[in-house]
Amino acid sequence: MDIKEGLCADTWQNQQKWQDTPMLDYDAPFQEFSQQPPQTQSLLPCNPSNQTNKVQDWDPSAMLNNLSFLEQKIHQLQDLVHLIVGRRGQVLGRSDELVVQQQQLITADLTSIIVQLISTAGSLLPSVKHTLSAAPPSFGQFGGMRPGVNVVGVQQHNTSNQINCGTEQNHPVEEHESKDEEDADEGENLPPGSYEILQLEKEEILAPHTHFCTICGKGFKRDANLRMHMRGHGDEYKSPAALAKPHKESGPEPMLIKRYSCPYGGCKRNKEHKKFQPLKTILCVKNHYKRTHCDKSYICSRCNTKKFSVIADLKTHEKHCGKDKWLCSCGTTFSRKDKLFGHISLFQGHTPAIPLDEHKGLTGASDRREGNEATSTVGSINFNFGSNASSIGTDMDAKGSADDPTGSCNYTPKTGVDSGLNALK
Amino acid sequence: MKNQKQQRLSQTTNHFDLLSEEIVFTILDFFGENPIDKKSFSLTCKSFYVIESKHRKNLRPLRQEPLSGILTRYPNIIHLDLSLCPRVTDSSLTTISNLCESTLRSIDLSRSGAFSGSGLLRLAVNCRNLVEIDVSNATNLKDAGAAALAEAKNLEKLWMGRCKLVTDMGVGCIAVGCKNLKLISLKWCLGVGDFGVGLIAVKCKEIRSLDLSYLPITDKCLPSILKLQHLEDLVLDGCFGIDDDSLAALKHGCKSLKALDMSNCQNISHLGLSSLTSGTGGLQQLTLAYGSPVTLALADGLKKLFMLQSIKLDGCVVTCAGLKAIGNLCVSLKELSLSKCLGVTDEGLSSVVTKHRELRKLDITCCRKITDVSIAHITNSCTTLTSLRMESCTLVPREAFVLIGQRCPFLEELDLTDNEIDDEGLKSISRCPNLAVLKLGICLNITDEGLTHVGMGCPKLVELDLYRSVEITDPGISAIASGCPDLEMVNIAYCKDITDSSLMSLSKCSRLNTFESRGCPLITSLGLAAIAVGCRQLAKLDIKKCHNVDDVGMLPLAHFSQNLRQINLSYSSVTDVGLLSLASISCLQSLTILHVKGLTPRGLAAALLACGGLTKVKLQASFKYLLPQPLFEYIEARGCVLQWRDKVFQAELDPKCWKLQLEDMVP
Repeated sequence: MDIKEGLCADTWQNQQKWQDTPMLDYDAPFQEFSQQPPQTQSLLPCNPSNQTNKVQDWDPSAMLNNLSFLEQKIHQLQDLVHLIVGRRGQVLGRSDELVVQQQQLITADLTSIIVQLISTAGSLLPSVKHTLSAAPPSFGQFGGMRPGVNVVGVQQHNTSNQINCGTEQNHPVEEHESKDEEDADEGENLPPGSYEILQLEKEEILAPHTHFCTICGKGFKRDANLRMHMRGHGDEYKSPAALAKPHKESGPEPMLIKRYSCPYGGCKRNKEHKKFQPLKTILCVKNHYKRTHCDKSYICSRCNTKKFSVIADLKTHEKHCGKDKWLCSCGTTFSRKDKLFGHISLFQGHTPAIPLDEHKGLTGASDRREGNEATSTVGSINFNFGSNASSIGTDMDAKGSADDPTGSCNYTPKTGVDSGLNALK
Repeated sequence: MKNQKQQRLSQTTNHFDLLSEEIVFTILDFFGENPIDKKSFSLTCKSFYVIESKHRKNLRPLRQEPLSGILTRYPNIIHLDLSLCPRVTDSSLTTISNLCESTLRSIDLSRSGAFSGSGLLRLAVNCRNLVEIDVSNATNLKDAGAAALAEAKNLEKLWMGRCKLVTDMGVGCIAVGCKNLKLISLKWCLGVGDFGVGLIAVKCKEIRSLDLSYLPITDKCLPSILKLQHLEDLVLDGCFGIDDDSLAALKHGCKSLKALDMSNCQNISHLGLSSLTSGTGGLQQLTLAYGSPVTLALADGLKKLFMLQSIKLDGCVVTCAGLKAIGNLCVSLKELSLSKCLGVTDEGLSSVVTKHRELRKLDITCCRKITDVSIAHITNSCTTLTSLRMESCTLVPREAFVLIGQRCPFLEELDLTDNEIDDEGLKSISRCPNLAVLKLGICLNITDEGLTHVGMGCPKLVELDLYRSVEITDPGISAIASGCPDLEMVNIAYCKDITDSSLMSLSKCSRLNTFESRGCPLITSLGLAAIAVGCRQLAKLDIKKCHNVDDVGMLPLAHFSQNLRQINLSYSSVTDVGLLSLASISCLQSLTILHVKGLTPRGLAAALLACGGLTKVKLQASFKYLLPQPLFEYIEARGCVLQWRDKVFQAELDPKCWKLQLEDMVP
């Protein structure tokens, strides 16, 4: 596992670099920019070599056509840039406007090349096939999601090299080997009509963004936001097709059901667990991983007690914090009375905890006592709600006043008598 | 007596040494209820004092202040009854918990507020063997208090009626904490609903008796209640949230159930009842008072209850067919109550009583339609009756009462209030030698002659009520007093011709504890003095409108009647002196002093201050402004409730006129 994690980390770093390059290039001068296409090429065209024996409905001749078309395009662009470079030396006093226009032209061409490339590569990937036409959004997905994804098991029993998008290449060989083993183990156990199990790595899960712009590298949490962002990169991204949700345009082929595995070994959500229960979506993976295997770093600012690892959970809690008046002795709070009583009837030894304000005015009865320790100490009573509610406990110390013999009646008999008799005289 | 014992002691010192502690314990076991007996025993000598201290198991103190001394003297107290203490504070509970520790098994706090959760907590934690706690009427008790009670882990019986501030949360704590609960009464705990009750049923599997009267519960908690394996007694009196529809969903009844009370449940008809009782074959007592009409359908629903012994239908509308169907039940009822039922006729009642010949108790109070036909059937078939209550059966003629005495010789309780019975009837009734309770209030036809027969024939008489039976005079009372030595309660209110001589004869009844002679103008302090001297057990005394009773009567009362708890002095001629002397009775709790002319504000104030055990005082509203407010505040803080009355002075009506007035009011 350790090795694997280390490798994954490497992969991630590689990927980050890969993501970072376009961002550097974005405002770069033309010389650098001109180098971009080959670079991209070097990264992407890995597909043809790998894919040949995998995808049944793949057409090599169509691929060849696409590639030659791309070659043509790149050459055209190269010429154009040469031209611009040539002119630039002569005319220095040109207006900025023209420079901007040229820049835009090149950008547009470049982008279309990239789109072509990606869509060509995408055609090799069964699961992404339907997104062929919606090129720009799928960029984001490829760029952001795929790199770290290990495809573990697939229905068709296509084992190792089944899915290989552009960046899959980054994974070391060992990774593939381990993957193979896992596949061999689990392949037979998969239920009929089964699903594809994907496992994101820890770093991938914890990454703040999952959708990255292939042009500028900006990260997004949501694909929709990425698509909106892409509009800024040119008019072709403004078409309804480009802005539409990629999934809506799925092709005639039935889409493979995807399920996810938690990378944490021994977890029930980990694919190697005997009673493995897959997670439905990537969001589920993220939330599950954070909730179960990460530190709870978000602390509620109101109660300073509740901790969360998912910020959305904190926000949900903060909405109700303080309103949860149904409290159990174990420290659990409930917004509904029936939930509390259901909880109590389910667990042995749990008991309703009386709210704080109940104790005001009383001489300090406690809710829970541990054993007999408090028998002789009459004065102060420590409230003990168990481990979770220590901060509540400190608020609830009712001290001293418990001994007041007159209880809630505010009088002292002696003075009362005196005043009564005096008044009589 | 003291001297005698001392003499004996000195003569036979050696013999007393032979008397082991165990033997004296056994002797003490035979002592009766009278606390004075034990007191005089313990005052005999030092060793008796010590032995009695060790022997005493039950204690019912009047005040909380000397508790620490008392509990030090009696180390083996098992049952502590604090219901006579006007206040029980947390510090008293702390004292108790420190001194009694694990010996204490039962404590009664039912009439004493002023304590809170912290006191209860100390009690629960220190007295680990507490099995019974009664905190009824602790209206200030909150959930924190209930949570404190939950610390009494061995608790088996808990009464918390009218603890209105306790909610589901508090009861939930008790349910979780007190696993061994066998009995819990939540009557009038209006804050407790389905969740709390449901949790009790889930967590306390040992529950035998469950009183849920007037709780806002619905059908939600019923399934878990009916699953309780040992539940025998279930009271759902006034649970308006339960109706036929919710009961119809119940799959099975509770097999162990023996007594079911569903009074005041107007929403439950025969349908709901049958679904509730479907699986409860062992039901013995069924109470449906003030519920839906008793029709044929309802009575038919009882057919499956083969163990049924008692049915109470008080206040229900009853149909003739319904009564006939009850008569046709294949069980033999022991007890039937049709008190205040509308629609009870001779035909219906006769059909019931002729079938249930084993009937022991019959209550037909205010069944105004029945006549001698019913009485003839009752006396014919139910010859083993021990209790017959037939107040205000006004259509029953005087001849019919003769049958009762002739045919029901086992009667122990007979209520003939407001009936036409005459001396012949009383003569017949005097053939019931076991008669203990006889109520002859507002029987205008009876005279001393009939009462003399009763006095001769009913030596076991304990309670006699002659309220407004105006023909009764001294000879009758005298015959009763000499023939019935066990008398404990006598009411001769408004028997205007009774004089001191009656009181003097009654003073022979040493067990007399309740005496009411309201509106007997001929009674004087002399007669009262005789009662005070002779009847040392006297606890309740009503001498309202006895105009001739004055301070002279109060002095012997204050001296001899050390058990007096309740007295009504309204309209009497008592003054400050009399009242102040009464204040020396340490037991005195309830005092009614309206229209007492001789009373001055200063005398009243002194008496109120001196009498520390008072819990209830009824006063003329005019005093409210004649005395300083701090005084009343102090008295109230001591645990006494002051009730201010502003009634106008009422002159006494002619007795016959009073009866006519009463009849006008009855619809």
